[in-house]
Amino acid sequence: MTSAFQPRPEMLRISDLHSFYGESHILHGIDLKVARGECVTLLGRNGSGRSTTLKSVLGLVGRRSGSIMVNGKEVIGEPTHRMARYGIGYVPEERAIFASLSTEENLMLPPQVASGGMSVGEIYEMFPNLLERRASPGSKLSGGEQQMLAMARVLRTGAKLLLLDEITEGLAPVIVKKLGEVITELKKRSFTIVMVEQNFRFAAPLADRHYVLEHGEVIATIPAADLPQKMDWLHQTLGV
Amino acid sequence: MEIFGVPSALLGSQLLVGLINGSFYAILSLGLAIIFGLLNIINFAHGAQYMMGAFVAWIALTKFGVNYWVALLLAPIVIGALGVLLERTMLCKLYKLDHLYGLLLTFGLALIFEGVFRDQYGISGQSYPVPALLEGGVNLGFMYLPIYRGWIVVAALTVCFGTWFMIEKTKLGAYLRAGTENPQMVQALGINVPLLITFTYGYGVALAAFAGVLAAPVYQVNPLMGSNLIIVVFAVVVIGGMGSIMGAIVTGLGLGLIEGLTRVFYPEGSAVVVFIIMVIVLLVRPAGLFGKS
Repeated sequence: MTSAFQPRPEMLRISDLHSFYGESHILHGIDLKVARGECVTLLGRNGSGRSTTLKSVLGLVGRRSGSIMVNGKEVIGEPTHRMARYGIGYVPEERAIFASLSTEENLMLPPQVASGGMSVGEIYEMFPNLLERRASPGSKLSGGEQQMLAMARVLRTGAKLLLLDEITEGLAPVIVKKLGEVITELKKRSFTIVMVEQNFRFAAPLADRHYVLEHGEVIATIPAADLPQKMDWLHQTLGV
Repeated sequence: MEIFGVPSALLGSQLLVGLINGSFYAILSLGLAIIFGLLNIINFAHGAQYMMGAFVAWIALTKFGVNYWVALLLAPIVIGALGVLLERTMLCKLYKLDHLYGLLLTFGLALIFEGVFRDQYGISGQSYPVPALLEGGVNLGFMYLPIYRGWIVVAALTVCFGTWFMIEKTKLGAYLRAGTENPQMVQALGINVPLLITFTYGYGVALAAFAGVLAAPVYQVNPLMGSNLIIVVFAVVVIGGMGSIMGAIVTGLGLGLIEGLTRVFYPEGSAVVVFIIMVIVLLVRPAGLFGKS
């Protein structure tokens, strides 16, 4: 059990992170930390560097400098394919469901990286649609089903740090509600979650803390408890 | 007995030649398709690697007394390992560039390989004996079937469909298919894509070497045997659809048969029929018969 005297251990600490796409300097010294079991959001306008922050953690950008610590280990020098071994599960904005693979092949594709991943049975219980569509090619799934599959795919691996990029984008309200329930359930199971989210109504009740990004820098950190006082400022900054 | 005014023995023998050529087209275009699918490299060295496979078998036999059956395993391993070396030292530097750079590099390598073998062995062919177990033939009633030629078809189809099964039905194949679509995401999911790419190139090259050993007792083993074949094989890949596995197999066999039939009914057109089909397919369906646009 954690308390003020025994703070939860850090799952992710990013310090002075700079990222580049070719000659373009996208992140200008991002600093953030996420404790184990915490859910934080990265807020900001389009182009503020939120998705690039997640991609930078995984090494999916051109060049990086600074420090990325996962579970106390420096990982900035690690190749992308080793990052999953540190317990990181990534759900990209475009979902990246493989069209030539069936739903079940997509689900079973990532190797298990740690014990404690959800079983296929648990996943189908959480996302019953996927059970019905298990033999369908990934390309035939609806947007909501693809999103559920993208989430399910990383939950099976044993990943404990989830990087979720715009998971509600373009989805029907009923699917967004379902995803909200899933995130709540994952928080109960002590998953650590970093969410990039445009849908502030979705993110606000779920997150413990919000990082606001602008021009590739963190310009504010807002704990959930301070959110009511900061709403006007957030409206102005984000245009939400 | 005659079919469409053609003696059945002639028709049968030309269809068999077509099927044998088609088997080589299938196995070589399959290797090209796998390599292009994951590496985005048009492997112009494929013909030279096929030729080197045949030479490894011939050198192994004449210098070390290694028999055909061992060579059938040895040559793909040796040439596949050479492919791995090429991929790790040269091709890996080109993945972020246009396809043209990979084509130019592998074209240059093909010329170098052929040049080295021409320098060492000249351009007159070296004969390689049919293995004792596969000598002779069978009279099918309507035609005479040399056993070795039947073996080529069986071996090529087994390897082609075995490869198809590996790609479509196994976990490794799922990695390959996913890596072909979105290699960055596959890496983010924890799969070692650079290793997968190296393995894929090595395997594609090994397929070419395997075809080379199969070809050694039928054709003369000579440094130009690959360059004579590779242009047709590229046409097969284009007709089937770049990167399509089943497209490469079916189109390879089908075009071999069409070539054989053309040789019976309109011999003057047999050398160009594949290219005429390629032009038509490119105009009507640019992504190829089995390719995704």
